[in-house]
Amino acid sequence: MVNSKLVAPELAAVEIHGMTRGAFIMRAALAAGSVYGLQTVGPLVNEALAQGKAGDIEILNFALTLEFLETDFYRTAQGLSGEAAALARTFGDEEAEHVGALTRAIRGLGGTPAKKPTASFPKGGQAAFLKLAQTLEDTGVSAYNGAAPMIQSKEVLAAAGTIVQVEARHAASIRLLNGEDPAPVAFDQTMNEEQVLRAVEPFVGT
Amino acid sequence: MSRVPEEEPPRERGAVEELASDPASRKRFLRMLGGGGAAAVSFGLLLGACGGGDSAGGGGAKVETSTGPSAAPPSAPPPKPAADVDIVNYALTLEYVEADFYAAVIRGGLFSGRRLELLKVIGDHELQHVEALANTVAQLGGTPVRKPRTRFALGNPSSVVALAATVENLGASAYLGQAGNIQSKEVLAAALSIHTVEARHAAALNSLTGRPPTPDGAFAKPATMAQVLPQVKPFIVS
Repeated sequence: MVNSKLVAPELAAVEIHGMTRGAFIMRAALAAGSVYGLQTVGPLVNEALAQGKAGDIEILNFALTLEFLETDFYRTAQGLSGEAAALARTFGDEEAEHVGALTRAIRGLGGTPAKKPTASFPKGGQAAFLKLAQTLEDTGVSAYNGAAPMIQSKEVLAAAGTIVQVEARHAASIRLLNGEDPAPVAFDQTMNEEQVLRAVEPFVGT
Repeated sequence: MSRVPEEEPPRERGAVEELASDPASRKRFLRMLGGGGAAAVSFGLLLGACGGGDSAGGGGAKVETSTGPSAAPPSAPPPKPAADVDIVNYALTLEYVEADFYAAVIRGGLFSGRRLELLKVIGDHELQHVEALANTVAQLGGTPVRKPRTRFALGNPSSVVALAATVENLGASAYLGQAGNIQSKEVLAAALSIHTVEARHAAALNSLTGRPPTPDGAFAKPATMAQVLPQVKPFIVS
């Protein structure tokens, strides 16, 4: 599955199992991110949720799937040391808090929280961990930013905002650790509609 | 807790309607978001209640803290939420100040190497935000606010980086505080795409100053205009 032609091959190596719609969109998001680059993730998520006329519960369930994935990623990381280990602990705990908050929010709105998907992550030491961490966090930012304008409830939107800001902070910290620009662009999501539609076509049925 | 403002346009429906019409469901919502902290603050901000919440942005500067929006309903009806054009002009003012700040920092010659590069990149982002926001105001049929004249007390490198971190944390919390107030989905998407970049700047600068990248923990804290503007005022000459 890992292919050197991919923009972000580390994303393609993440496997998510499960039949929920959130897991499906998440798989499509990671696929699009790996093939077209991370800037496609937000538009893809936006488009996928728009096509399904997703309600807030479904959007929250998608976010929950993402947070499960991130929590799992940090919690199962092995062989880390120093600042990477410290960040993985803190960020893993914060992702777990997101899981808890989203689960409660979904229940509170009368929905059923999505099941935790089983996921497997490529192994490969600290450098590989940090690279994938950066990609996953950037994907998270793009996914939340793509989903947020679809949210109907202002309360849910504000809550999602409190989470996406933390995802962005995670992404920046890990980028800094990787010696990369913490904020690679001035706007976290930039694609016109035509590009979006072309990017999502292979992944999302109409 | 007060109501969702009556001026809300009819496009708001579904969950928000339910929350607005049913106090029990609102309470449930606040509870389910865990500890009330971030969600309660967000909720207060949504209602346009001023003066509630905690210190903005987790930076050094403190704002007046009340007992919190859930404990003290305002006696007067909440002010009408600002129109999108006002919100974008507010963001534009903040970005003007930020862009000026980095220009002054770079002119000051206190930095070199990777820190200088980072400050330049961030300053360039702020300039791009200024341009995008000014265009957005014009597209909305408004008049972009005038660029303020600014003044910054720049001491030594570490105090400048600390000030930069404070400014960025404030900026991130300011955008977050407006997310629920923006009516247009396009304006919202644009604001969100800037919000997370401010957050990235804040986290990076926090790391450079030895502060935690996520000073508020798992849920970032928003700030109202009433909380943000007094903290920006010292930088504005006219």
